[in-house]
Amino acid sequence: MAYGWSGKVLRVDLSTGTIKKEDINEEWARQYVGGRGLGARYLHDDMDPTVEPLSPENELIFATGPMTGTNASCGARYMVITKSPLSGTITTSNSGGHWGPELKFAGYDMVILNGKSPKPVYLWIYDDDVQLVDASHLWGKGVWETEDTIREETAVPDAVVASIGPAGENMVRFAAIMNDKHRAAGRNGVGAVMGSKNLKAIGVRGTGAVKVANGDAMMSSTFAAKKKLAASPVTGEGLRVYGTPVLVNVINQHGGLPTNNHQYGEFAEAEGISGETMTDTRLTGPKACFACTIACGRVTHLPGDAADKYMVTTTPRNWKVSGEGPEYEAAWAMGSDCGIGDLDALIKANWVCNDLGIDPISYGGTLAAAMELYEKEVINEEETGMPLNFGSGEALVAMAEKTCLREGFGNELAEGAKRMTEKYGHPDLFIGVKGQEVAAYDARAFQGIGLGYATSNRGACHLKAYTIAAEVFGIPQQADPTATEGKAELTKIFQDVTSAVDASGLCLFLTFGIGLDDIQPELNAATGLDYSMEELLEVGERIYNLERVWNVKAGVPGTMDTLPKRLLNEAIPAGPAKGRVNRLSEMLPQYYEARGWTQDGEPTEEKLVQLGIL
Amino acid sequence: MGSTVKTLEIHPDRCTGCIQCELACSWVQTGTFQPSQSLIRVHIFDEQSSYSPYTCFQCEEAWCLQVCPVNAIGVDPDTQAKIVIEDTCVGCKLCVIACPFGTVFLNPTTKKAVKCDLCGGDPACARACPTNAIEVAEANGSDWLGPWGDKVDANYARSLEGS
Repeated sequence: MAYGWSGKVLRVDLSTGTIKKEDINEEWARQYVGGRGLGARYLHDDMDPTVEPLSPENELIFATGPMTGTNASCGARYMVITKSPLSGTITTSNSGGHWGPELKFAGYDMVILNGKSPKPVYLWIYDDDVQLVDASHLWGKGVWETEDTIREETAVPDAVVASIGPAGENMVRFAAIMNDKHRAAGRNGVGAVMGSKNLKAIGVRGTGAVKVANGDAMMSSTFAAKKKLAASPVTGEGLRVYGTPVLVNVINQHGGLPTNNHQYGEFAEAEGISGETMTDTRLTGPKACFACTIACGRVTHLPGDAADKYMVTTTPRNWKVSGEGPEYEAAWAMGSDCGIGDLDALIKANWVCNDLGIDPISYGGTLAAAMELYEKEVINEEETGMPLNFGSGEALVAMAEKTCLREGFGNELAEGAKRMTEKYGHPDLFIGVKGQEVAAYDARAFQGIGLGYATSNRGACHLKAYTIAAEVFGIPQQADPTATEGKAELTKIFQDVTSAVDASGLCLFLTFGIGLDDIQPELNAATGLDYSMEELLEVGERIYNLERVWNVKAGVPGTMDTLPKRLLNEAIPAGPAKGRVNRLSEMLPQYYEARGWTQDGEPTEEKLVQLGIL
Repeated sequence: MGSTVKTLEIHPDRCTGCIQCELACSWVQTGTFQPSQSLIRVHIFDEQSSYSPYTCFQCEEAWCLQVCPVNAIGVDPDTQAKIVIEDTCVGCKLCVIACPFGTVFLNPTTKKAVKCDLCGGDPACARACPTNAIEVAEANGSDWLGPWGDKVDANYARSLEGS
């Protein structure tokens, strides 16, 4: 394991303060590659899946892949694997920036954390020097200040820091782990798990190397892939110029931009929060993650009056000047799903989310549900502390801060939409699956993404089977968004390919421009192994099955593969997708058949043996 | 001197901070991906959307060359790049100290000076850059920095007016 992988795993017991370095399990590395796959295998074998997510017994894994830290375009990713406090499932939340590569340069593929520190600490890694450092002075601080402070006090300006904000400390169920100030392992509450362990941050500086097995093949395959990415209209131009928010207008034109907590599929003010408007008025420039030749990151600014329009109490020095985002998902969740068309509110709220450390998708979805409760007069201003009408930018920004600090009504929002709507007796207003809020595509307008939400192993998620690529952009082939035929197979193949990409350490966005067959030669050149395309697809399938069988043991059975009633029974009232619902029942049995699972959505023993899991 | 030479023309406004140039350079230096050994460094300014790749621009005065007590820094006849002659270098680090731009380094393994040699005329960093923020240019005299140099000059002139 000298090539691609660094071959070492760092194990930290936070309860006792013990730090151990061990060799990577080579057999698992071959079978699961890295990142999402290898992390899941370690979690599967290390931990009882029934433990409480916020207890010291939950294991928290940071895992890179063999491509992380190489020159392959977008080899920037690390994956956080743990049990989610939001969904109770295994979670695999990934992030870019420079943290994952830096960990590889320090000489480690993974960091595995157990137990709970008796006091706030941060983990400091400088090559071979690994120690736990007191973090009492950082507790309560935002992500940005935490990063700067660690770089200053260690006198290592090149250190890269992954940390939690107050939201993680307060165990907000959708708290994020942030790195490079604005990059997030965002979804599923991984930040809350970190907070439950009294772990504020992991600071890393690595001066070592990532070695690859076959240099010539590495150079030719990575340059070929970069050429394709540059030639693609999506990865070569669209994402750099407009970023992900370029989707706002596109998805709205399909009538599938969920609005006002999924009451509508069209948003009248979409243009105002679109990538085009952001580029024209608020974009400072694009920003790339490590080794990324796409550069979809959005550095944004708020000029003059716009900066003062929405004030929060915890105001770091640079909130008035510059920050990053929102990305499309955030622009939708906090924008149209809350009926908000003021881009400046979204930008400010996004900065609050990044600095105090929450997932803007789940936050937006939860606030949207609260707004519907408020407008239906289930809750009132006395309880919420301020009017929560759809369209209120003031509520969006103020509640983002209150949620992270668990102040006032923010303490209810911090539990996520499922728990909050249950508390107020309206569980049907939670638009999500297995406890996690859905993403920015209405499953009534796009049938395939509905099946993806339902069968995702971490609750509703667009990133596990992005069928929108086929249903809207025709990548790799055009699929009819209104049809259910063929969506079972499409979803399965997207899930398997995505799992393999997530395991490699590459960014999923690559797949807009290149395919797994372009990644395969890169992976083989880096590792010196000889994965065939069939084997790589099987890696993906293996990961998906492992996650599923883990969930079943954890108490999240396949029978929870469903969608909220609104998406199944309430037709979209107007617009291009008028009259449609998601026809999940037509797709689900076919999907289980394609997977070789029981009709209860559980892998058979035969399947698990075939994939080498058992 | 004063003849036309090859240099790297840097366009910070095109740079996205991806550090593909650092990876390419470290590949040339070490045969691995190791940004800490790269001779080109990208400075990433948080939240400014401002990134500047930074390396030796083969300056005319070449203090590194002039200060070397053993004449271990020479001039590549094809590119006019200032190059370290490793066999001659005694590792005294005077060039590292003399360079006003901080672009000469000491290789911790070989204990010899190391600096950008333009890869013999086909720089790997420029080839790896996805946005053409690093280009190989024929230049002479003070226009080596390209339009960026004009900007610096203008800023400097403005600062004098203000003082």
